[in-house]
Amino acid sequence: MTNAKVQSNQFSIWPIYRTLSGIGMACGLLIVGVYLGTAPAIEENRALALQQAIFNVLPGTKATQTYRYSLENGGSLILLSEDEAGNATDDLIYAGFDQQNKLVGLALQTQGQGYQDVISILYGYDPKHQIIIGMKVLESRETPGLGDKIEKDTVFINNFKSLDVVLNDKNTDLKHGIEAVKSGQKEAPWQIDGITGATISSVAIAQMLDANVRVWAPRIKANQQKLTKIAGDANE
Amino acid sequence: MSDNTATADDFLKGIWRDNPVFVQVLGMCPVLAVTNSAINALTMGLATTFVLFMSNMLVSSIRHVVPQQVRIATFILIIATFVTMVDYIIQAVSLELHKGLGAFISLIVVNCLILGRAEAFASKQPLGRSLMDALGMGAGFTIALLCMGIIRELLGNGSILDIAVFGDSYQPWVVMILPSGGFFTLGVLLLFINRFNEAKQQVTEEQANG
Repeated sequence: MTNAKVQSNQFSIWPIYRTLSGIGMACGLLIVGVYLGTAPAIEENRALALQQAIFNVLPGTKATQTYRYSLENGGSLILLSEDEAGNATDDLIYAGFDQQNKLVGLALQTQGQGYQDVISILYGYDPKHQIIIGMKVLESRETPGLGDKIEKDTVFINNFKSLDVVLNDKNTDLKHGIEAVKSGQKEAPWQIDGITGATISSVAIAQMLDANVRVWAPRIKANQQKLTKIAGDANE
Repeated sequence: MSDNTATADDFLKGIWRDNPVFVQVLGMCPVLAVTNSAINALTMGLATTFVLFMSNMLVSSIRHVVPQQVRIATFILIIATFVTMVDYIIQAVSLELHKGLGAFISLIVVNCLILGRAEAFASKQPLGRSLMDALGMGAGFTIALLCMGIIRELLGNGSILDIAVFGDSYQPWVVMILPSGGFFTLGVLLLFINRFNEAKQQVTEEQANG
C-alpha cells in the first residue's frame, strides 16, 4: 500500500521536475547566448560614452591617456596601456592632450548621494591653473524637470568652466573648499551658483566635487611631471 | 475547428475593445512611470510587445507538456528570460535609452499584462492565435503608452520626440512629466474613452429597441 502510494507520488512529480529543469536549462542557455552576443557592443557603448564625456569635460582634447594611482612608493601615477585601462576599474584618471601634445587637463570620475539616488559625474581638472574646467553628469535619477537640471541648466553647467580649486601653500589640501550657494549669490570663484528647485542635487554635486578634488589635486600635483604625452600610446 | 484558426479579431481586440491599458487597466506601473517622454514610452511599448510575443509563443508551444501545478512558475521563468534578453539588447543599442528606462525594463517581468495573456490565452490556445493575440495586445499597449508619452512630453516639455513644438516662449507644465502628471493624463484619457464607449452603447441599445 505504502509502496504503491510512493510510486504514484513519484510518477506525478517526475513531469514537474522534467518541466522545470528543462525550461530552466533552456532559459539559462538563451540568456548566456544573448549575453555573449551583446557583451562586446555594450562594452563598446560604455567606452564610447566615457570617451565622449572626457572630450566634453576637457575642451580641445585630441588624445587621451589613462593613469592609475598606486599607493606604492608613497603614492604615484602609473600610465596604463589600452588593454590595462580596459580591465582596471579603481582609481583611474584620464589625461587629455591637445593637437600640440600639451596637457589640457585631467578627467576624474566621482559619485555621491543625490536627492533620489547616487549621482555619478566626470569632471575636468586643469592642474596648471588649478581650476575645474568642465563637468558632465554620467548617471543620475534625479526628479525630471527639477533635479535633472544639473544636466541641462546652462547657468549651472557654466559654474564648472573655471571653478577655483587652488591648493594651499603646502600642496596638501584646497585653500578654499567648493561650496554651493543659492542661485545668483555666487561671490567667490570657488562657489557654485545653485539651482532653484534643485537645491539638494546642486549641493550634492558641490560636495562630491569638493571631497574628490581634495584627494586628487595633491596627488596630481606631486606627480605632475609624469603627465606627458607618450607617442603612440593614446586613444585618439 | 474554426476556434483554432487565428482571426483578425484576435489581433484587433487588443487595440481597442480589450485594450490592455484603457479597458483592462493592466500594467499600470510602466504606464505611469515611463511615459514622461514619447521615446521612453515607445521603447517600453516595443520591449513589452517583444516579451509578450516571445512568451506567448513559447507558452502556447509547450502548453501540453507543462503540469498544472507549476504552470505559473514556468511562465514567470520564461517571461524573466525574455526580459533579461531585452535588457541586454537595449543596452547594446543605446545606453542613453537604457538610462532613461532605468529599473522599469526589469519590471516588465511583473507586468500583469504578460502573465495575464500567458495564463488566460496562450496556455489554452494554439500557436497562431496566441501570436496574433500577443501582437494585438502589444500594439494596444504601445499605442496607449505612446498617447500618454506624447501628451505628457508636449505639455511638460513643449516637445515631441525631443523636437521642440511650442518654441522657446512656452512655459512647460513641469507637473506633467512628474509622477502626478501620469495620473492626470491617464485619468483624463480614461474619462474620454469610457464616455465614448458609453455613448456608443446607448446608441446600440436605442437602435435595438427600435
